[in-house]
Amino acid sequence: MKDKAKILDKEAVNRALMRIAHEILEKNKGTDALCLVGIRNRGVFLAKRLAECIKKIENMDVPVGALDITLYRDDLTMIAAQPVVHKTEIDFDITDKNLILVDDVLYTGRTIRAALDALIDFGRPKSIQLAVLIDRGHRELPIRADYAGKNIPTAQKETVEVRLEDPDGKDEVVIVEKD
Amino acid sequence: MAWTKKDLLGLEELSREEIELILSTAESFKEVSTREIKKVPALRGKTVVNLFYEPSTRTRVSFEVAAKRLSADVINIATETSSVKKGETLIDTGKNIEALKADIIVMRHNYSGAALMLARHLGISVVNAGDGWHEHPTQALLDIFTLKEKLGRIEGLNVSIVGDIAHSRVARSNIWGLSKLGANVTVCAPALLVPPEIEKMGCRVSDNIDDALKNADAVNVLRMQFERDEGAAFPQQLEYFKNFGITRERLLKAKKDIIVMHPGPINRGIEMSSDVADGANSVILEQVTNGIAVRMAVLFLVSQGHDQNGQNNS
Repeated sequence: MKDKAKILDKEAVNRALMRIAHEILEKNKGTDALCLVGIRNRGVFLAKRLAECIKKIENMDVPVGALDITLYRDDLTMIAAQPVVHKTEIDFDITDKNLILVDDVLYTGRTIRAALDALIDFGRPKSIQLAVLIDRGHRELPIRADYAGKNIPTAQKETVEVRLEDPDGKDEVVIVEKD
Repeated sequence: MAWTKKDLLGLEELSREEIELILSTAESFKEVSTREIKKVPALRGKTVVNLFYEPSTRTRVSFEVAAKRLSADVINIATETSSVKKGETLIDTGKNIEALKADIIVMRHNYSGAALMLARHLGISVVNAGDGWHEHPTQALLDIFTLKEKLGRIEGLNVSIVGDIAHSRVARSNIWGLSKLGANVTVCAPALLVPPEIEKMGCRVSDNIDDALKNADAVNVLRMQFERDEGAAFPQQLEYFKNFGITRERLLKAKKDIIVMHPGPINRGIEMSSDVADGANSVILEQVTNGIAVRMAVLFLVSQGHDQNGQNNS
């Protein structure tokens, strides 16, 4: 695996997140009934970053939860590499909330499908909207993002890696080619 | 660390890393039981058969709840009402269950080694829910999980196991698991209920309850299985309570926040007094709750127990 091209640097990641935060606030008319749920792993860090941006803009705290979708995957019995089950931590009621589901890369849409199933088990949000940092195409399900940091055409043999200050030490998005 | 075993037969054959993987997976599963909808689809379409050759309510119900919270279909077979009564062998019974395309057999059996024998003859997963005096791995795992949740670690803890060690699969599984994770284990019982050479499993033996409680961070109190009484070995119930029963007075001489565990069902006034069973040090009901998370983790992991080629390990 080697880095092929850098798509976003630190400043670009920050600008994208700030813009998405503004769009979320515009569409939902403020922070009332707003909550963020990140998909493990990178989505949780991104959700926290978006909450910080929203705080800067509106000076309001929005609740942030973490969702592990392993148990909802449609390929649990097929994958060779064994998935590790992590904790889901949503310690607020999502019913009647406008819930922003956050992930790093939108690709086939299957992760989002699993996340939607999981969320419905937690309650009945008023709406679920999807925010991603990167949309790389190749959808296999009828799913789209409401907020995207950047759309990038990719080949299926490539991988998009989102690295964040927390937990990776620096903000950047790169295209990685498998050997 | 990936799980590669198709079965869970005992803690003796598990590595420290494998035990820790079960415990950390159970931590994630615990949250599921706190939801409004206590169910995830991870084992949807899988069939779990509870095959119980000994009467058991709490272990069987715990496995059944765990399997159902994973969306598996559960079938209970109590052997008193099955073809076992007509003389069918264990392996034939197992092969018939396999032919029904079940995926996991959870078995309780009165013979030590029964789970291992069944696992060797079948391609589907076998989870040992207690075999004779040998092992009861999920009980020990839930005891260890509860301890770790309460005290934050297992390494370096002093844990005393009190009661009928000789006939106890719970004791044996606990000794294996706790020692692998670095705890110091003491067993304490009347001399006739301590099996010879148990020290070789890596534990200390004491016949004095105050000595066993003195530096203990936790005490696991086993049920006196008077129904197994074959005469000589068993003390009178009152005599046992006087010499080994856990009472408020005895706990006053122990560490202030010593954890008191019991696998249930409790004989109040024999292994421990009621005020201890219901007291602040007791985590007995938390053990029951944690049992579900641990058994969900075990069922999930054995169902994933295939190697990199997708082949099920036999």
